[in-house]
Amino acid sequence: MTTGILLQIAQTLLAILVAPLLLGWTNQCRAWLQGRSAPPITQPYRVMRKLFHKDAVIAHTASPLFRFAPYMVFACMALAAGIVPMIANDLPFSPAADAIALVGVFALARVFLALAAMDIGTSFGTLGARREMMVSFLAEPALLMVFFTASLISQSTQLPHIVDTLAHRQFAIYPSLAFAGVAFWMVSVAENARIPVDNPTTHLELTMIHEAMILEYSARHLALIEWAVAIKLFTYSALGIALFLPWGIAPTGNYGALPLALLALAVKMAGGGFVLAFMETISAKMRLFRVPEFLGTAFLLAVLGMLIHFLLEV
Amino acid sequence: MIAATAWLLLGVAGLILVPRLPAISKPVFLLGALVGVLVGATALGFLGAPAETAVLVIGLPDLPFHLRLDNLTAIFTLILGFASAGISLYATGYFHSGHDRPSGLLCLEYHLFLGSMLMVLLADDAYAFMVAWELMALSSYFLVTTDHAIPEIRRAGFLYLLMAHVGAVSLLLCFGVLQGGHGAYTFAYMRQAQMTPYWASIAFLLALFGFGAKAGLVPVHVWLPEAHPAAPSPVSALMSGIMLKTAIYGLLRVTFDLLHLQISWWGSLTLALGLITALYGVIFAAVQSDMKRLLAWSSIENIGIILAGFGLTVIFSADGKGMLAALALTATLYHAVNHAFFKGLLFVGTGSVLHATGTRQMGGLGGLIRTMPWTAWLTLIGALAIAGLPPLNGFVSEWLLLQAFLLTPGLHQNYLNMVIPVAAASVALAAALAAYVMVKFYGVVFLGQPRDPSLKDAHEAGWLQRLGMIWLALGCILLGLLPTQFIGWMAPTVKQLTGQSLVNDGSWLMLAPVNAERASYSPLIFLAVVLVALALTFLFVRKVYHGRVRRADPWDCGFPEQTPRMQDSAEGFGQPIRQIFQAFMRVERETPTPFDRTPHYHGASVDKIWTLLYLPIARVAGWLSEQAGRLQHGRIQWYLIYSFATLIFLLVFTQ
Repeated sequence: MTTGILLQIAQTLLAILVAPLLLGWTNQCRAWLQGRSAPPITQPYRVMRKLFHKDAVIAHTASPLFRFAPYMVFACMALAAGIVPMIANDLPFSPAADAIALVGVFALARVFLALAAMDIGTSFGTLGARREMMVSFLAEPALLMVFFTASLISQSTQLPHIVDTLAHRQFAIYPSLAFAGVAFWMVSVAENARIPVDNPTTHLELTMIHEAMILEYSARHLALIEWAVAIKLFTYSALGIALFLPWGIAPTGNYGALPLALLALAVKMAGGGFVLAFMETISAKMRLFRVPEFLGTAFLLAVLGMLIHFLLEV
Repeated sequence: MIAATAWLLLGVAGLILVPRLPAISKPVFLLGALVGVLVGATALGFLGAPAETAVLVIGLPDLPFHLRLDNLTAIFTLILGFASAGISLYATGYFHSGHDRPSGLLCLEYHLFLGSMLMVLLADDAYAFMVAWELMALSSYFLVTTDHAIPEIRRAGFLYLLMAHVGAVSLLLCFGVLQGGHGAYTFAYMRQAQMTPYWASIAFLLALFGFGAKAGLVPVHVWLPEAHPAAPSPVSALMSGIMLKTAIYGLLRVTFDLLHLQISWWGSLTLALGLITALYGVIFAAVQSDMKRLLAWSSIENIGIILAGFGLTVIFSADGKGMLAALALTATLYHAVNHAFFKGLLFVGTGSVLHATGTRQMGGLGGLIRTMPWTAWLTLIGALAIAGLPPLNGFVSEWLLLQAFLLTPGLHQNYLNMVIPVAAASVALAAALAAYVMVKFYGVVFLGQPRDPSLKDAHEAGWLQRLGMIWLALGCILLGLLPTQFIGWMAPTVKQLTGQSLVNDGSWLMLAPVNAERASYSPLIFLAVVLVALALTFLFVRKVYHGRVRRADPWDCGFPEQTPRMQDSAEGFGQPIRQIFQAFMRVERETPTPFDRTPHYHGASVDKIWTLLYLPIARVAGWLSEQAGRLQHGRIQWYLIYSFATLIFLLVFTQ
């Protein structure tokens, strides 16, 4: 139990600390693919360091909610990182919050950020909040459907159990998981504010979603939000790996497998980051009201995955 | 029963005393709150005990009132007692002057309403039930029309009364079927009546229609978004939080207690209707610009979720899966309790806003978190809870319901196996949309900059109102953090209805229905981890960060003439929903021309059901009564001829 708790804390800390690296790596890959000279992989850390050393500027109209939200968002993301099995399946905290609660944690962070965006009372903030909530109400059910498919296969909604079942099954093709996988990819792109749903590098009012919400933040608050964004991307990637490529995650009690699991995670993350950069390079941001179609497709794919599970796999 | 009498006496006392001694009205409502707590505590103490019956010799000769207190009654009495305590506490501070009705009468109606709801729950024969049901409808009708000088409110009240009576007629017919030819209308006889599935189905459908009209089931929901905004806020809170639950109680009573069998398609039908109601309600909630109307639509959504849970319970129960039925029923009851608390809290919160600002239109509000911090922060708890966010109470019931949905693969019917987890998708969609609605509600009303300069002097709610809100908010928090405790209290009710109780596989900390391997959730640990993470983040930032905080104007994007009117209005925030779900509604808009000196904008999204279903019915009814009206000329000769013709007809007919 004690080792389990230690492992839990170590894993969560690892996720929090390493998360910006994945962001840096993705940006680097994208720069290479687009023929630009790449920023160093540690660029996100440098940005955060810079932000942590600046004076914060807060609008006159800001209420305490505005100052509290970044901490809340960060805490939620840290919690989310603690639920998802990344290198070990032995997470003593995971019985306290299952896959549905994970969706709830993401929703909690999002609602706080959207409320904080509306707090200042500029047109940009409300615009961002409205768009973010629109994207999320379409993405959230699709994400839940993906979890439901996985949990119907493994008879559990707890992530370690799901990973355990999926990692130890016979190597057979599960068509339901293929559908769910595509749906999950589309949802994670939307939830992490990446192209083609949102563009993390834009500040153009016609297109921005996430950036419009955090426009009023500066210094430490902005640093916390940027960090939370990196952790979110990392957690989603880890979640995708845990659901669809779970091989290599150390099973409960097997501490010898940890170094290998770490290596496997690094390789998979690097691959995932590269694919994300590749997809972002070959696609363009879509119009805002194309997003419901995109996410509707994701939702339908997830539902189809579940139906296929019932038709072919039961 | 004593409590019902106590409420009644309080009401009468209020009626007599208040006009003479205005100071007495506060203690009367306070006592009402106290009675509420006592009722709740009695129900809590009763849970698990064998049923108690009593016969009251009031009413018609030879037709006494039968009363019965069992576990099903107790759990709803618990909701009634504890939720009404908070609302009454709030009402103590809320009802001053300013309403058209003298407050003595208001006091009587209010307590009569509470007492009649308790009577509905306690009634053990159809006669007493219908009397209490009508009393509830009438007292709430008078409460709705408190500000009867306003024509819209009179219209809303009429619609409410009409729908209540259409529903009541259906219930009357339902009891007629249920007595099964005995002619005995006590529930004890009805339990023994053996009915064919055909007649049982008819009884169920009548009950579904009758109770559905009270609960706000689509398509008989139209009165709800009209009546709730019209009523004074504590009354809206009572109606939405508690009165709608009496309909759920009735449905449970008829289906699981009075009828001796359950048929699977009843469940499928209710599940489908419930999901449609949930989605329909939440979509319309998202496009409202009147805050109480928004909450009323959100009540429709929640009733939809509760009915979906009820449908699932029937499906499991008909299939002989007692354990799963217990899980689904627990989720249903839990959501019913939750809804009483968070919707009560939100309605009284809007009451304070209305009181302070005089408007219900969200387009004229904004920034109230600065002038009304207590109301704003307490309402935030309600908003987060209703949006289904952990670790508050809305999440617990949604989590339980989703778990129940995920357990369907045990059913015998294959098509249900497949369809039901997909139905879970609609619950997920409704929950996600509820978060949208709440961000809109809270963001537009309490956050941002005041859209009207007069909002700067909005005053905070009084301390009694705050206490009422704190009570309800505390309910939301405790229900969220201690689910195992509450589920333990619900267990006798669940056992009474489904024959099994939900076994918690975890410790008191860990909510684990069915088994711990399958799913578990622990809100306390969850909260502890969030708090620890928050504290660590805070300390970390303190350690690393040494910069100062400077206040400045918000960034204006290079355009210095920003005004608060440039924030999203309620219509603006609902625009994505309007665009995506255009098919469900008719949008009526008046937009100003560019040359208007005083631009005026008006936008409303009209429920298509109203135009497609109700207006034609109203037209037919109008036409029919017009035709009947032709008989009436006002000349005595004609009337004598009518009587004569009727006499001849009867003579011929009886031969």
